[in-house]
Amino acid sequence: MRSTLKSLLLAAAVIAAPLAGAQVASAEGEKYILVSHAPDSDSWWNTIKNGIALAGDQMGVDVEYRNPPTGDLADMARIIEQAAASGPNGIITTLSDPDVLSGPIKDAVASGIDVIIMNSGTPDQAREVGALMYVGQPEYDAGHAAGLRAKGDGVTSFLCVNHYISSPSSTERCKGFADGLGVELGDQMIDSGQDPAEIKNRVLAYLNANPDTDAVLTLGPTSADPTLLALDENGMAGDIYFGTFDLGENIVEGIKSGVINWGIDQQPFLQAYLPVVVLTNYHRYGVLPGNNINSGPGFVTKDGLTLVEKFAGEYR
Amino acid sequence: MTEANVAASADERVKQQSNLQKALIRPELGGMCGTIIVFALFLIFAGDSGMFSAQGMMNWSTVSAQFMIIAVGACLLMIAGEFDLSVGSMIGFSGMMIAIFTVTLEWPVWQAILATFVMALAIGALNGYIVVRTGLPSFIVTLAFLFILRGFTIYLPQIIERKTIIGGVDRAAEGDWFASLFGGKILTGFFAWMGDAGIIDVFERGSRAGQPVVEGIPMLIVWAIALVIVGHIILTRTQFGNWIFAAGGDAQAARYVGVPVNRVKILMFMFTAFCATVFATCQVMEFGSAGADRGLLKEFEAIIAVVIGGALLTGGYGSVIGAALGALIFGVVQQGLFFAGVESSLFRVFLGVILLFAVILNTYIRRIITGER
Repeated sequence: MRSTLKSLLLAAAVIAAPLAGAQVASAEGEKYILVSHAPDSDSWWNTIKNGIALAGDQMGVDVEYRNPPTGDLADMARIIEQAAASGPNGIITTLSDPDVLSGPIKDAVASGIDVIIMNSGTPDQAREVGALMYVGQPEYDAGHAAGLRAKGDGVTSFLCVNHYISSPSSTERCKGFADGLGVELGDQMIDSGQDPAEIKNRVLAYLNANPDTDAVLTLGPTSADPTLLALDENGMAGDIYFGTFDLGENIVEGIKSGVINWGIDQQPFLQAYLPVVVLTNYHRYGVLPGNNINSGPGFVTKDGLTLVEKFAGEYR
Repeated sequence: MTEANVAASADERVKQQSNLQKALIRPELGGMCGTIIVFALFLIFAGDSGMFSAQGMMNWSTVSAQFMIIAVGACLLMIAGEFDLSVGSMIGFSGMMIAIFTVTLEWPVWQAILATFVMALAIGALNGYIVVRTGLPSFIVTLAFLFILRGFTIYLPQIIERKTIIGGVDRAAEGDWFASLFGGKILTGFFAWMGDAGIIDVFERGSRAGQPVVEGIPMLIVWAIALVIVGHIILTRTQFGNWIFAAGGDAQAARYVGVPVNRVKILMFMFTAFCATVFATCQVMEFGSAGADRGLLKEFEAIIAVVIGGALLTGGYGSVIGAALGALIFGVVQQGLFFAGVESSLFRVFLGVILLFAVILNTYIRRIITGER
């Protein structure tokens, strides 16, 4: 029995160590929690983490980032409920599926917590759940703008590489692009999954079967990086029209070398940074901007890449 | 007491144990110790963070209840010596089926739920049938079903609705008594009274101002408790419970003494599918939608809860109460870390550490009980 006791005490000590460390971190300022829908594997959200950390430092407030590990939205609803229960001054959250998330968000608002919707969802949905404002890039509009641009460059058919097909907002981007081009989406969107090797091979397979495809549209670094490799492999790099959402280091390299025509930056940094600033000023001085904030779309092309390059993957 | 009885009870071949030892040394001892440790730690480190407010308690109770529902099924199946890796996919699949039946085909909700349960039980039976017929490890067979079911969960709504999340189930389910068995809340009057009496917080603003922050006990928690009680009684108080142990302990020996091992195993696969469908139905009724990515990795969460609760991966040993405590520990730790303000990416580190300690402790306890070396 003595060794049982010993191992129990040891377990308690191991479990308690980080908890003890966590207590020191709490500052005097207001407390804001950002809840995202992204699985752990999505590197794009690193920029968001850096953005809130910087805003927290500059404004002198406590910020925390939370997400459902597997990207399961039902788990995310629980996290929002949990965030509300811990009594922060404000919650900044995405609204990737109003059906699932609006209940917990409305409850948070009703219990006196101010909410700002960032990244996914629409301004209308944000108003519906009682949020102060929406900060982000309306997905369909961004896709539509990209489609118009591609149409101007003479594109008539495309492949949309969707790596997060279970999120309605990613499908909106492909649909918007198709409508901007003025063609049917039909089978031009593929469910690529999240595994780089699988994405690469599915893109290769599609382009093999449909060699006349004019353009490729990817929805972020997760699908863009493997697609770059795929185009290198089948020799279409630099020849096929290539546009992508979001930026990452490889995407910036691709823009520089001319393989990628443009990247749409929705400036995630602003989506994380601005809500913290807005909420802090609202709670301290009672001031609030009178409208939603559009963080994008901004087309990033070869011109003006210096700063983007410097901060790619960190703040851009 | 006659002389003979005294002699019999003092038999030198029977190891002497005090009553305290008898009461303590049980399969769920590890789970009990873990529960006490976890609660003590969070009371110390997160006691004033809202974790033990009404809202906070409801939050980790709900998460624990979710783990509990699938852990009961996984526990009984594991004791019967088999494994089910398709639990997570089954959750996604069942939820999607309910949504397709109600929203796309416009069936009444009770009919959709019943049809989904029938389908799930059939798939569970098929899983079990393939395992006992082919003699393949259930690990492989259910791994195949993990992909098959997940694939259908993504494919079906895509071809039917052109999207991967089907919403609107809650509107269809309004007023359906059968749906409220999964999505309803009980004791609402009691919670309203507590809100009025100032025992729990009430909403401060909006259309729900003055209502308590916790509306009632969700049926999810009721299902979890009911399944734990039923599972525990079946396992420890019935002949069938002994068959489950026998089938997992030594299937061949069990067959020799007339235990219908195949039937037991197939029934346990069906029960696991049943638990997954209960989980899915509660989720769909609560959130009003089904998504293609629901339930990812839930099978491992169920298995972890069962293992923390002291069951053996190889079958023949375990307890439903232990699995329920494992689920409680899992839920409290997962949500409690947020309350304590720990960087959330460290959650897995904790989970790994707890799992390791639980297994070591449970092994030690099991050796005391069974006398194995």
